[in-house]
Amino acid sequence: MRITKLAAAAVAVTMAAAPVMADLVFPSLSYRTGPYAANGIPFADGYEDYFTLVNARDGGIGGVPARVVKCETGYNTEKGVECYESTKGEGALVYQPLSTGITYQLIPKATADGIPVHSMGYGRTSAANGKVFSNIFNYPANYWNGASLAVNHILDENGGDIKGKKIALLYHNSAYGKEPIRTLEELAKKHGYDLSLLAVDHPGQEQKSQWLQIRREKPDYVLMWGWGVMNQVAIQEAANIRFPMDNFIGVWWSGSEVDVVPAGEGANGYKALAMHAVGDDFPVFDDLRKYVVDAGTAAGAGDQLGTVLYNRGMYAAMLAVEAAKTAQALHGVAEINPAQMRDGMEALEMTEAKMAALGMPGFGPEFTVTCENHGGPGLGAVQQWNATDKTWSLISDYGPSDMEVIGKLIMEDSSAFAAENNISESCN
Amino acid sequence: MFYREAGEFKTTYAKDQQTFPIALDRWGYFITLALAFLAVPFFINDYWANAVVLPFLIYVIAALGLNILTGYCGQVSLGTGGFMAVGAYASYKLMTAFPDLNIVFVILLSGGITALVGMLFGLPSLRIKGFYLAVATLAAQFFLVWLFNKVPWFYNYSASGQISAPERTLFGQAVTGANAVPAISYLFCLVFVVVLAWAARNLTRGANGRKWMAIRDMDIAAEIIGVNPLKTKLTAFGVSSFYIGVSGALLFAVYLGAAEVGEAFGINKSFLVLFMIIIGGLGSIFGSFAGAAFMVLMPVLLKNIMVGQFGFPTDIAAHFEFVIVGGLIVVFLIVEPHGLAMLWRIAKEKLRLWPFPH
Amino acid sequence: MSAGFYFGVEVFLNGLMAGVMYSLVALGFVLIFKASGIFNYAQGVMALFAALTLVGFQSGQIPFAHLINAVFGTELHHFGWKMPTILALIFTLMVMILFAFLVEKFILKHLVNQEPIILFMATIGLAYFMEGFGDLMWGSEIKKLDIGIPQGGNFWLEEKTATLGGDGFYGFYLDNLDIWATVCAIILVASLVVFSQYTKTGRALRAVADDHQAALSVGISLRAIWVIVWSIAGFVALIAGIMWGSKSGVQFSLSLIALKALPVLMLGGFTSIPGAIIGGLIIGVGEKMFEFLIGAPFLGGATENWFAYMLALLFLVFRPQGLFGEKIIERV
Repeated sequence: MRITKLAAAAVAVTMAAAPVMADLVFPSLSYRTGPYAANGIPFADGYEDYFTLVNARDGGIGGVPARVVKCETGYNTEKGVECYESTKGEGALVYQPLSTGITYQLIPKATADGIPVHSMGYGRTSAANGKVFSNIFNYPANYWNGASLAVNHILDENGGDIKGKKIALLYHNSAYGKEPIRTLEELAKKHGYDLSLLAVDHPGQEQKSQWLQIRREKPDYVLMWGWGVMNQVAIQEAANIRFPMDNFIGVWWSGSEVDVVPAGEGANGYKALAMHAVGDDFPVFDDLRKYVVDAGTAAGAGDQLGTVLYNRGMYAAMLAVEAAKTAQALHGVAEINPAQMRDGMEALEMTEAKMAALGMPGFGPEFTVTCENHGGPGLGAVQQWNATDKTWSLISDYGPSDMEVIGKLIMEDSSAFAAENNISESCN
Repeated sequence: MFYREAGEFKTTYAKDQQTFPIALDRWGYFITLALAFLAVPFFINDYWANAVVLPFLIYVIAALGLNILTGYCGQVSLGTGGFMAVGAYASYKLMTAFPDLNIVFVILLSGGITALVGMLFGLPSLRIKGFYLAVATLAAQFFLVWLFNKVPWFYNYSASGQISAPERTLFGQAVTGANAVPAISYLFCLVFVVVLAWAARNLTRGANGRKWMAIRDMDIAAEIIGVNPLKTKLTAFGVSSFYIGVSGALLFAVYLGAAEVGEAFGINKSFLVLFMIIIGGLGSIFGSFAGAAFMVLMPVLLKNIMVGQFGFPTDIAAHFEFVIVGGLIVVFLIVEPHGLAMLWRIAKEKLRLWPFPH
Repeated sequence: MSAGFYFGVEVFLNGLMAGVMYSLVALGFVLIFKASGIFNYAQGVMALFAALTLVGFQSGQIPFAHLINAVFGTELHHFGWKMPTILALIFTLMVMILFAFLVEKFILKHLVNQEPIILFMATIGLAYFMEGFGDLMWGSEIKKLDIGIPQGGNFWLEEKTATLGGDGFYGFYLDNLDIWATVCAIILVASLVVFSQYTKTGRALRAVADDHQAALSVGISLRAIWVIVWSIAGFVALIAGIMWGSKSGVQFSLSLIALKALPVLMLGGFTSIPGAIIGGLIIGVGEKMFEFLIGAPFLGGATENWFAYMLALLFLVFRPQGLFGEKIIERV
């Protein structure tokens, strides 16, 4: 009896030690704790659930099971470094750092280690220049696209002429919040609107000054680059001063259920940018319910399906899986390594047919990634909150952003980085 | 029995005044140093270096600095994070403005700049005491963080305000940047730690240290016996800030490689370092090491046990981490308010007799 | 008068209101500091914990549901009932009293006569503990707190004053929630004063605040007093948690309001209840006016966080014990 137990234990140990190369490892650097936990939980659930689904339904990616290694960062940079170091040895294929700080941290580290990083709609915007940032991807859209998309939306609403309109940017006073400023300034020159900047210091619980200023200056539109508690307070304050919610547009990190629900009815009509679809009206959710939630293997409580951030996590996982498939096809091996994964991400092509086949028709924009452009085409949509139904819905198609302006800024910033760090621009 | 002072006869002043007068201590110290310099570099890998050892070494320097100010001179400071930010941004500006400047000088100069800033913010300490001073140093913390966030010159006008350390080499080996080998970064930090700890030890034993302690124990009495409070407090702020600046520069350049001021040098850093010196022991060099080890190792250890061994969900493990670390801090303060250094002293005391007590 | 002047007045009024919100947090600090000489950093976390507990009771959440589910594989979330607000308030208060009792029993009792910094550190340890514990107990998602306090601008006032400043001005803006907070603060302070002046326990409290040893020697139980003080601080934390939580939803960041209270304390003095109120008002007005006049137009904004501390520092240079603090007497 004891011997069999020991033998079983030994087998278990070898089993545990052996599959170093027998599965595809996708680390999930989640933040289910700390000040941003409310945002981190649904994203991590979506990310992890999709891999569970792929394993249960398709038997893995190209026949190789995917394994998610979880590590809790609490949105803390130093813990993120620890997570990176502890998971990279397991053969991690791609990192989703999920925080601006950790992304900046990993840009040089992961590049040196040859592991790709996918910072989807966050992180360093100029990483879209793949000639400088060989291992960093930020498709399908980045912050500068976001800024331009918001301006485009305003242009649409005003018949293309916003000369003399006043636009205010309410931003989190950090690297993240400052990202859109330069783009908005460039666009202001082009379209002739007045831009005013309102910084909110971390954490942003007290925004009376900023909102009194908005009330005084009466901008036509307010854009928001907010995060965490700042979002909820800003939306509440906007409702308090009776700012027209239709003219209040948040970036995609300021547009999830948790941001608008605390403000109740007042948040009705609030808009946010979107890089993927919302709601659970897609066939893939039936699969998720069948294979993951009902099977009891869901990462969370299974009640987040269809929320904005769950969908985003799922979308990120889907893109990772598709990139892995591309890599497998490209290199003709099933058990790809990080370098091959990188090639797969660089050759990634998302088409409508592909998404429909996955049960996600129209879930995200169509795009192709190239070596020169790791950021995709910068397509995005606008979503609006309905407080009565408690649902988000897309109110526009995936529209283009002003790549003429943004492209130039990306080249500028990335070449400054290249010069500072002695990187020679190349495409391999 | 195992730890003994008996049988040591010092025949010269030099012998009497050496850093470790007791032979056993001395040997322990040399063996530790030998291990740290000769053995560890061959075993260290990326994980150990980046998750445990580098942060430990860097926080030791910060803890030494704060211990000089708080433990030896009695001025409680919560501005550590802000001063570390000064060190980090100074090193960034120096590295990018003078690409040929040797990295060692960059770090030392950053410390020097921080020392000046620290002395400036130390001025109110002449009027304000105790907790009021602690809260007043928060003004430095918030102001410095705001400043580095606001003025684009500090981050070379980059779009987002993040700073990243370019690669710098020492003797042909990369010390900063992504291509640095863990063993090299480790040795680089270790040299700083050893030199600064040695300096701290001797500073606190000498005239300056005695002045600091006099001010700590009773400032009015110290003034009466001829200690100049202005000079003494400001030297404490200066020296302490130098250490903290060096540690901030190392944290940014060697360990993190990229940083954003609000996140990397927020108020939590100030509390973390204060924790280290209190858990370790106020007014003790060994305590700075022990406290830093405790606060760096504990969370990693807890995480690896709970998630790695018992397979807890990561979020529950993180919550428990908070509960356990918080609980341990309280327990420690109750059991031994003078910190790990005191426990170490008690252990040595016990070892004198053990295993034959009477 | 020009519109600019009235806007200035508006900012001033809002600064006063914000100051009251800070004072609500600062009050809890002062109570505990006075009675036990402990600088209780956990006050902010107590506000978070109280608010979490209140919402938890209100919505019938099962405590530790996430942990239980993870260990036993169950699917628990809610009891399925909703508790009336008043009942939930009472239960929360009971939890806070229990908390005070436990803190006394497991921490304070063992730390008598320690140096202030050790006590301070112990409360930071306690804050860590409570953060983890609160999240374990009630989960870390954002919860909507609604106990019927009206929110949003006061439109009556806005319309009545709209004609004051000409075309560019459209009436004073005041948040209903802030007005309520002010009313609550007034009631709170009044009842605290009545309690400490006219009841036996209150007198005992003041005796302990003045001199521990003397209080002990006339037969006042220090430990009982501590439990009472921490309970009152828990109650104040609950009020602060409700006010701040109604604004932003109840979430982790609520614990950070402690940082807003520190400059208030510094300025008002650690030992004075009126100091906490007046300090709050000065800080609130000061930081809002600075942001309005200098910060936003010239310095790029977001100056409030550090300016509050700088302002307090400025006051301290002239009065090292805060405006209303007890004079620090040093004997050699």
